[in-house]
Amino acid sequence: MNLFKDAGHLFRFAGLFVLAFIVFLVVRGYVVPKSFGQYGHYRGNAITEIAARPVKFAGHETCETCHTDVLDTKSKGKHAHVNCEACHGPLAKHAEDPASVVPVKPDTAVLCARCHTASAAKPKSFPQVDPANHSNGVPCETCHHPHNPAIADAGAAK
Amino acid sequence: MNLSRRHFLVLMPAAAIAWKSVLAGTPEQASNYKISEHWWGMLIDIPKCIGCGNCVRACQAENDVPDGYFRTWVERYHVEDENMTNPQVISPDGGKEGFPIATEDAGKYFFVPKMCNHCSDSPCTQVCPVGATFVTPDGVVLVDPKYCLGCAYCVQACPYGCRYIHPDKKVADKCSLCYHRITKGLTTACCENCPTGARQLVDLKNPKDPIHEFLKTHSVQVLKPQMATGAKAYYNGLDGSVR
Amino acid sequence: MMYNLAIIFGEQVKVMNGVEGFMYPNEIGLQWSVLIVLYPFITGLVAGAFILASLERVFHVEAIKPTYRLALLTALSFLIVAPLPLQLHLGHPERSPEMYFTPHSTSAMAMFGYVYLWYLMAVLVFEIWLDYRRDIVLLSQSTKGLLRWLYKLMTLGSDNISPRSLHIDEKVGWVVTLIGIPSAFLLHGYVGFIFGSIKANPWWSSPLMPVVFIFSAMVSGIAGVMLIYMAVTKLRRQPIDIRCVDSIAKYLFYIFIIDFSLEMLDLIHRVYEADESFRSLDFMVHTKLYIPHIVIQIILGTVTPLVLLSITQVVKLPEQVRKRMYVTAGCLAMVGIFAMRWNVVIGGQLFSKSFLGYTTYKMALVTREGSLVAAGLSILPLFILWALVKLLPPWPSEHAVQPVAGD
Repeated sequence: MNLFKDAGHLFRFAGLFVLAFIVFLVVRGYVVPKSFGQYGHYRGNAITEIAARPVKFAGHETCETCHTDVLDTKSKGKHAHVNCEACHGPLAKHAEDPASVVPVKPDTAVLCARCHTASAAKPKSFPQVDPANHSNGVPCETCHHPHNPAIADAGAAK
Repeated sequence: MNLSRRHFLVLMPAAAIAWKSVLAGTPEQASNYKISEHWWGMLIDIPKCIGCGNCVRACQAENDVPDGYFRTWVERYHVEDENMTNPQVISPDGGKEGFPIATEDAGKYFFVPKMCNHCSDSPCTQVCPVGATFVTPDGVVLVDPKYCLGCAYCVQACPYGCRYIHPDKKVADKCSLCYHRITKGLTTACCENCPTGARQLVDLKNPKDPIHEFLKTHSVQVLKPQMATGAKAYYNGLDGSVR
Repeated sequence: MMYNLAIIFGEQVKVMNGVEGFMYPNEIGLQWSVLIVLYPFITGLVAGAFILASLERVFHVEAIKPTYRLALLTALSFLIVAPLPLQLHLGHPERSPEMYFTPHSTSAMAMFGYVYLWYLMAVLVFEIWLDYRRDIVLLSQSTKGLLRWLYKLMTLGSDNISPRSLHIDEKVGWVVTLIGIPSAFLLHGYVGFIFGSIKANPWWSSPLMPVVFIFSAMVSGIAGVMLIYMAVTKLRRQPIDIRCVDSIAKYLFYIFIIDFSLEMLDLIHRVYEADESFRSLDFMVHTKLYIPHIVIQIILGTVTPLVLLSITQVVKLPEQVRKRMYVTAGCLAMVGIFAMRWNVVIGGQLFSKSFLGYTTYKMALVTREGSLVAAGLSILPLFILWALVKLLPPWPSEHAVQPVAGD
């Protein structure tokens, strides 16, 4: 009895801890998201939320659904595996509602130069030219149609 | 455009319906994506990369990456003869607008696209104090922007420098392997827009995946193998000087 | 060696936005600022002050008894401030309770919340309460107004200060201090582990890191308490107990030797093994970190105080001279230990993980993570200490508090 009387304050201190722990458990039950731990130590819903983000690039398969003529031209040339949107920009909105977004024809002086400007750094087998000397200022598309850049077909596939 | 009016009237609704199913919101609703049937990685084919920067621009457009930060970037190496320990490396604005013309002919040059390696033993996941970054059951390392504290411990722990703190959202951010695309049967934005096929998505659980076949028949490497991160970005033709 | 590296890196040395050579694009801006330097410095002071207090309580070093209560209150003042630099650094401080609700067991940082809470409540507050309980009860009876209610609250409703209850307090307090020693090591050692366990960063990754952090913490804590004791005693216009200060300085000297040896071991090991990171780190220490590392941390902050302290241990000097040397050594030691934290945290982010380049730390002045905030947070604990000393006087006051008759 004497021990309890003289150690009573210690039990009160311990009691504070117990009380705090209980409050903690209750709050935790409310605050931790329900999907936490579903797949691992993270919020399971995060996976579905991230997967639901909007798509900006439609992808060549979608473009090819409508633009079959371009597909015909392109598939015969060296640009067969270049994605439409690599040059025309992200067009998922256009695929969803073609009238709402009209794709812009990019400026070939900038666009073609990005890949085809000659540089010692590029693989030797890759077609590359010095833009200043190659065409004397004549725009690239005069001789090379972007969808099929081989010179022989220029003018035929417009 | 050479479509006849009749073609147009038939194809339009078909395309719209096809697209709607592609845009279906969640993996569960996109009826054919089963998370446990996939294990994603990427192949990066160094000899094919021309340093055009399309991938960096496409990623920025697809994922709203803020300027000055990079979910993916391209480095240009210049290795003079046998001096593999001192390559000259540049990455102007991450290679977003391509690279300046290289004039020196001595030594070898090549481009190295970099990205999150989606490590299976990811050190960034190990150090996250609250579980805001994680490896999904299909092998993609993601960040939960609603749970992240922005402590930047994961940024410190990544050996490849692929993470950053988003300047506006104040949470950790990085390449998500375009998770919102690959779960809908599309490929990543960078792979889609690479003109030479230097970047290719690979599903390591799909035996019919041609890239999976490539990995099994060619010498490939990962970056910093000594870190034992289980990196899943495989490089074909990687030079010993690459850091 | 340094000049060869300058030639090699010289090719790429074009300083654009503070970058020399090549850095991965996302590495250019530093993630962890001066606030993250401040945090281990503060918890180091807490751990060190507590270890000094435990020297008296557990190991019965009688000479330092005058500083016992002051050391505990100092530890508490700094511990209260410790989470603030972290909260100011976080992108989303409002989400920090997530560390309590869903701590990730593989992350050293996740244990912060629990270790902090354990140390604060189950060690420091508990020990202070047990040691002061008699005074608190007496003060709750003798003071008036709001202060009276505060003291009453602190008694937890028990006014039992019988000899037996105080004896129980004494025994329990001894156990708490005993547990407190490894707890103090854990409080600061885990911070060292946070850095030491990052394989991606060769400047940090080392099993020595937690040990170095703990010993340098003890140096800073002991020096800090010594300086505070001397300053406070002077302010109170009381005579400084020179035997006490001599004893503290002796322990400071011993711990400092161990700390210095550990740092030298790390250095020698790095230079000898010379792994792939060595050239880049060596260049960094000789250029970007020359002032903070070589000049401030090593020469001014370690070698000089060690020389001063060793002189006082070997040569019999007059009291006044000794006191001046202790103060000088103590101040230099504190600066040196802060520099050590700076060199670890900031230094670890100045070099590229490609080992091909370096960046610059641009410390702002008035932003949330700027130098003004850091300075403010460094001074704040002293204000808290002032309040605590007023609330819980460490010394028997001139008009001693008598128990109320009939109790």
